[in-house]
Amino acid sequence: MYTFSNKLKIGSFILMALGILGIAIGFISAPSTVEEAKAIVASHGDGHGDAHGAVEAYGAVAEGHGDAVEAHGEEHDSSHDEHLLHQLQNKPWAALYVAAFFFFMIALGVLAFYAIQRAAQAGWSPLLFRVMEGITAYIVPGGIIVFVILVLSVLHMNHLFVWMDADVVAHDRLLQGKAGYLNPTFFLIRAAIFLAGWMFYREYSRKLSLRQDESNDNANFKLNFKWSAAFLVFYLVSESIMSWDWIMSVDPHWFSTLFGWYVFASMFVSGITVIAMVTVYLKSRGYLPDVNNSHIHDLAKFMFGISIFWTYLWFSQFMLIWYSNIPEEVTYYVTRIADYRLPFFGMIVMNFLFPVLLLMNSDFKRMNWFVVLTGIVILGGHYMDIFNMIMPSTVGDQWFIGIPEIGAVLFFAGLFIFWVFRALSTAPLQPKRNPFIEESRHFHY
Amino acid sequence: MASKAIHAYYDDDDVLMLAVKKVKAAKHHIEEVYCPFPVHGLDKAMGLAPTRIAITSFIYGCIGLSVATLMMNYIMIEDWPQDIGGKPSFSYIENMPAFVPIMFELTVFFAAHLMVITFYMRSRLWPFKKAENPDVRTTDDHFLMEIDIHGNEKELKDLLLDTGAVEINIVEKTSH
Repeated sequence: MYTFSNKLKIGSFILMALGILGIAIGFISAPSTVEEAKAIVASHGDGHGDAHGAVEAYGAVAEGHGDAVEAHGEEHDSSHDEHLLHQLQNKPWAALYVAAFFFFMIALGVLAFYAIQRAAQAGWSPLLFRVMEGITAYIVPGGIIVFVILVLSVLHMNHLFVWMDADVVAHDRLLQGKAGYLNPTFFLIRAAIFLAGWMFYREYSRKLSLRQDESNDNANFKLNFKWSAAFLVFYLVSESIMSWDWIMSVDPHWFSTLFGWYVFASMFVSGITVIAMVTVYLKSRGYLPDVNNSHIHDLAKFMFGISIFWTYLWFSQFMLIWYSNIPEEVTYYVTRIADYRLPFFGMIVMNFLFPVLLLMNSDFKRMNWFVVLTGIVILGGHYMDIFNMIMPSTVGDQWFIGIPEIGAVLFFAGLFIFWVFRALSTAPLQPKRNPFIEESRHFHY
Repeated sequence: MASKAIHAYYDDDDVLMLAVKKVKAAKHHIEEVYCPFPVHGLDKAMGLAPTRIAITSFIYGCIGLSVATLMMNYIMIEDWPQDIGGKPSFSYIENMPAFVPIMFELTVFFAAHLMVITFYMRSRLWPFKKAENPDVRTTDDHFLMEIDIHGNEKELKDLLLDTGAVEINIVEKTSH
């Protein structure tokens, strides 16, 4: 039985407190009038000058799709200021949303990994099931927070999703064409169904898993197998649609077919990384005596492989659009390369080069500090990945990783740690009568 | 080099593994073990050094990546930088996404093929090579352990019989 160490608990509370402070500062310092917005940009100097031209070009292209071209002309100055104000007002919201989604996505990625391990009847991983169940506990609070942010967006508390603004849709034929899918009611209904499905599987599978320990046959295990297989079907469909809804629709003029897979790869590798890091932590505290370095080796192999898989999808999406260079698609990357050069290409280094070179060696994959070090870089890289998905269309060239962004990450990191380790302390860390537990205990690679 | 060797036959891989451990414990040098299939853990029991073939493969992959990069850079950027469909051939980095499929494939090609050839050379395998098989049964259902005799024939024989050998032969060694 794991007991939640006081140090960790206090640490998570400190993170949450610092995070709330940072989030609050972000909201307080966001401008409420055009004049304030201009003053903020002026105080930052002309550093953004070059990048700005590119964004205006992008704006012109994007608006050219709708019928809003006549809005330009002498009114251009004021509409530009309005645009700037919205970007700056979006900053704390986008920072909150990126961090909320990032930590939620880790729990969801772990849930998918867990379901795959059950459906595949993997012999090595049952020893880690309780660790995974502990991490997926965060789906409930994390999912609710993400849902609340989505509801607040629908209630026009922010401008994260431009298609939620009836005025914009009225002037945009493209968005009118998509209104059958992208409308606030249907959007919230979809989100609610997906979250309910994921939470249901998590809670039910956990219940069956605990019940299996106390029973004297394998009925619970078999039922869990069936539910896991069914969940994977549901997950594949819902995750794909979720990525269109929650992420791709911040850029409603743009679309990509492999986007759902791409987001999946990001959440999957982050989830596996967190499993490895929590396992290493718990083992170092002496709570997982039967976990050996072959288990760590397997997790590190997954981190390595899925990192490459993520890169494959990232590159496929990027190269296809870059190569054909069709204006309506390519603006997505034009803004990112113009305004987000370092985060955009930096994440390739963090998510691909770093794990590939560090985790290629079989001996390195067995060393705890190596796995943890690479894990930190991978998690940072995938935060940047979500950052690169959300920020360019919500705050544009006004991005910065400052107090609101770091505050939001700290808050959700604290909440994540608190919730996960609290959940870990509610059940024994080793399943008792899983049919594969003996194999898992003697797993050796 | 000893002129005579002892061949001990086993008909089970578990018995073979125990035999190898016993022979190692008695400080005899095992010349060779012939098996019809890979026996998991045999290399560890015999104390063989781990293979370095993965390291060679990594180096070959790096070579392949360099070949692809240098080739594409010379052909597409330096030698004749044409405008083909508006692709920017001013510098390698500008047109790099178009070269990545080639860079990837050549990396894999070099890493795979050169590693296989390295394996063939190190294990001395080629077409028309004379088979070095001491007994045809070792490709079917028997395991054979070969130990050189240094005037300790009796002692070795007793030890091997003790380990569950089903047959023991003394053979003259032919050098190959």
